[in-house]
Amino acid sequence: MELIFEKSRPGRRAGRPPRPDLPVPALPEGLRREQPPRLPEVPENEIVRHFTALADRTFGVDTGFYPLGSCTMKHNPRVNERAAAMPGFRDLHPLQEDAGAQGALELAWQLQEILAEIAGLPAVTLQPAAGSQGELTGLMLMRAYFADRGEERDTIITADTAHGTNPASVTMAGYKLEKVATTDRGNLDLADLRAKVDERTAGLMLTNPSTLGLFDEGIEEVAEIFHSQGALLYYDGANLNAVVGLSRPGDMGFDIVHYNLHKTFSQPHGGGGPGGGPVAVREAIAPFLPAPVVVRDGEGFRLDHDLPKSIGRVRGFAGPFGVFVRSYAFIRAYGPALREMSEMAVLNANYLLARLKDVYELPYDRHCMHEFVLSARALKREHGVSALDVAKRLMDFDIHPPTIYFPLVVPEAHMIEPTETETKERLDEFVDAMRTIAEEAATSPETVHEAPHSRPVRRLDEVRAAKEPVVKHDFGEAKGLVPAAR
Amino acid sequence: MSGPAGYLSQTGADRDEMLKAIGVDSLDELFAQVPAAVRLDRELDVPPPLGEADLVRHLESLAARNAAVDTELSFLGAGIYDHYVPAVVDTFLSRGELLTAYTPYQPEMSQGILQAIFEYQTAICELTGMDVSNASGYDGCTVAADACFIARHHTGKTRVVLAEAVNPQVRQVVKTYAPGFGMEVVEVPHDGGATDPERFAEACADAAIGLFQQPNVFGVLEPAPDLAAAAAAGGALAVAHVDPVSLGLLEAPGNYGCAMAIGEGQSLGCYQSYGGPHYGFLAARKEFIRRMPGRIVGETVDLEGRRGFVLTLQTREQHIRREKATSNITTNQTLLALGGLITLCWLGPQGLRELGETCLALTAYAKERVGLPLVFDRPTFKEFAVRTPIDAREVVRRARERGVHPGYPIGRDYEGMDDVLLVALTERRTKEDVDRLAEVLAEVSGKTKDGSWS
Repeated sequence: MELIFEKSRPGRRAGRPPRPDLPVPALPEGLRREQPPRLPEVPENEIVRHFTALADRTFGVDTGFYPLGSCTMKHNPRVNERAAAMPGFRDLHPLQEDAGAQGALELAWQLQEILAEIAGLPAVTLQPAAGSQGELTGLMLMRAYFADRGEERDTIITADTAHGTNPASVTMAGYKLEKVATTDRGNLDLADLRAKVDERTAGLMLTNPSTLGLFDEGIEEVAEIFHSQGALLYYDGANLNAVVGLSRPGDMGFDIVHYNLHKTFSQPHGGGGPGGGPVAVREAIAPFLPAPVVVRDGEGFRLDHDLPKSIGRVRGFAGPFGVFVRSYAFIRAYGPALREMSEMAVLNANYLLARLKDVYELPYDRHCMHEFVLSARALKREHGVSALDVAKRLMDFDIHPPTIYFPLVVPEAHMIEPTETETKERLDEFVDAMRTIAEEAATSPETVHEAPHSRPVRRLDEVRAAKEPVVKHDFGEAKGLVPAAR
Repeated sequence: MSGPAGYLSQTGADRDEMLKAIGVDSLDELFAQVPAAVRLDRELDVPPPLGEADLVRHLESLAARNAAVDTELSFLGAGIYDHYVPAVVDTFLSRGELLTAYTPYQPEMSQGILQAIFEYQTAICELTGMDVSNASGYDGCTVAADACFIARHHTGKTRVVLAEAVNPQVRQVVKTYAPGFGMEVVEVPHDGGATDPERFAEACADAAIGLFQQPNVFGVLEPAPDLAAAAAAGGALAVAHVDPVSLGLLEAPGNYGCAMAIGEGQSLGCYQSYGGPHYGFLAARKEFIRRMPGRIVGETVDLEGRRGFVLTLQTREQHIRREKATSNITTNQTLLALGGLITLCWLGPQGLRELGETCLALTAYAKERVGLPLVFDRPTFKEFAVRTPIDAREVVRRARERGVHPGYPIGRDYEGMDDVLLVALTERRTKEDVDRLAEVLAEVSGKTKDGSWS
């Protein structure tokens, strides 16, 4: 379909900003724009049709089952959207005086308290904008903590199953990276760890349950290994949806934890964002949290900027407040039954696992937590059908594919996370689709190879996109225009 | 049995059937892998559940305790502004397909959101005069840190030069990130509200990056082309932090020698929302394309030669390159950036220019009308600083009692400015609103009706 820029005709328009009856002062010479930006000139009905068509060509949780592993694509309750749009929240300026923002501050403070209880750690900052920024914040906190103690530590250890954000955050925080292996049971290799942790080690970054969907059975020993060397443990909360109310990172021995409000606590993913990445810490690390934090003073609430040991600010203002409203509303709808939420996430995942493990390989034969990883290795070996082919074919069943080719330790991986909100019938539909595709791999592999068959485009040439990057519209100036998809 | 909690669906019968299929007798068996010592053996100590109607009432009571723009005539700005958000933005940001999609890893399933991001990139490049834009950053602060990281690796140098007239929150975030990048930060004081190109040039000699803001934190129009030239003369990458609303009138950074243009997107299509979520934009000249952080969408073709869109240049990114990635960012602000794109389509080039003119006109009127001395006698865009006869915080307190929030007391961020108020104007304010502001400022500043100081 056409780009909105291709629908533009000179002189058309939609919005008309107010034009007060006041003189417009001239701009200083040399600052005035010579050529107007080539923004689309379109009437409002064409804007509406254009973005309606784009919405139609996008698949969300609202459209159908979306078992994208480690992304926790659960239902996003609509009351949360109503709450975030209440004028008292939506139209509140972040520099409003504390006295004029008591409701917002109370909500943020309550959320801090609840998150602290869920993590089993006493102090929380809501500021980080996403999980990966929470990670970076956590690593900065480690640096500040050790600097304050006069200790020089330069290495962070991550698992070979870690999300890519972990090693990338380590680099951005200025640390060296060391990797630890995973055993055949999917736990951290304790012998490997013992050999690598020493007085240069600042800490560990770990997702628990791991990206294999397995709870680390040796977590107490892992914590002991780090703490005995004076190092810290960082909990990547990407998989927190497995353990809310069941097991707390603070009780597992973690010192710093980030949450993904857009995963566990139902902030919609919005096609890539926004998110929220609050961080909880032990008492000893609390003085270093980003400023400001929300504090309670008697009956009132205020932003406390006076944190002399703070690492500083990691984002504007007190954080993505609209995300806090949605997550707070979500948590309040469950109360202590958040535990049941995690139990059902684990039940749903184990049900899928049980019904699929005879047709796809299960590299770690254990019960899983909220997600699990299957391998299409046998299909590839026997029929030439890859994990990618299976993923593309799922689209023809109106199901979003799982995460594929991750974690890296499993070949031809399908990482499957159904979440707690799916009904048994939806899970059964997925099982049927996956089993049908496995049969097709044997009987008509070309059907799977050539999938998807039902989407506005077929498989796209990603190599060409990267080799000759076209990252904006050329306004007809470049040659080689290609026909638009139907 | 009151049925499944919260948003769950599994009935007792479902649970029994599923446990049977798994081959276990109870849920507990699934959790056997969690060592007993780290299990929580009590109920979570969180507030009790609320049904939807009660939840809404509770949230309404919290919302009612905030003085938002529906209850207070506000002139607050300092980085976040009360611009009008078109109704079509609400329409599409609440479309479920767009609201509830993940990052478009599977392009055949996500052509709509991918095309929208490609259009957003195009619009940002048009506004800024740059060649490449990413799909968005967290906010206007973190994109400044991103620019520093790019500059660190592109130039091999370590010094960050910040004009002191850059928004303090932006500078604070850069200072938080810089040590991890192995960078040090130098700030160039302003001279009478604007940055002096000569002083900027001195500081930028042998620096990685020279960052300034246009218009700056005081609302003042900087000599931006001279500052860009000053940074470049020292070998630093010139980076402008710009207000996108101003770019219908003000020259694009790409047209006066900047290497990158960054900014806070909130003014285009986002509600204020007590500070977020909003989006930051980051655009650069094409030589930086492989150093850009985050998602970038590219055009390509499918098997049948039809145009389509994919996430591209992913070898920059954390999920492929891991510790060698150009950034750790994964979740960004796509939905808010989509609001920005829709706003730009709604305004068009004509509307964006008119919006800028309205800001200019109202600000000029207010500067004259408020009757307080201007701190800096310089051209401004949509914000300006005035001196108050008493502490500006006290002015704010008193004015709020009269239903007017007169601006931001910027003494919180700049020494010696306790008597300075930063006043912002958008198209949502009227001439009459400015008259009311003047009236209230006169009342609370101790100025009598005949114009003399009491």
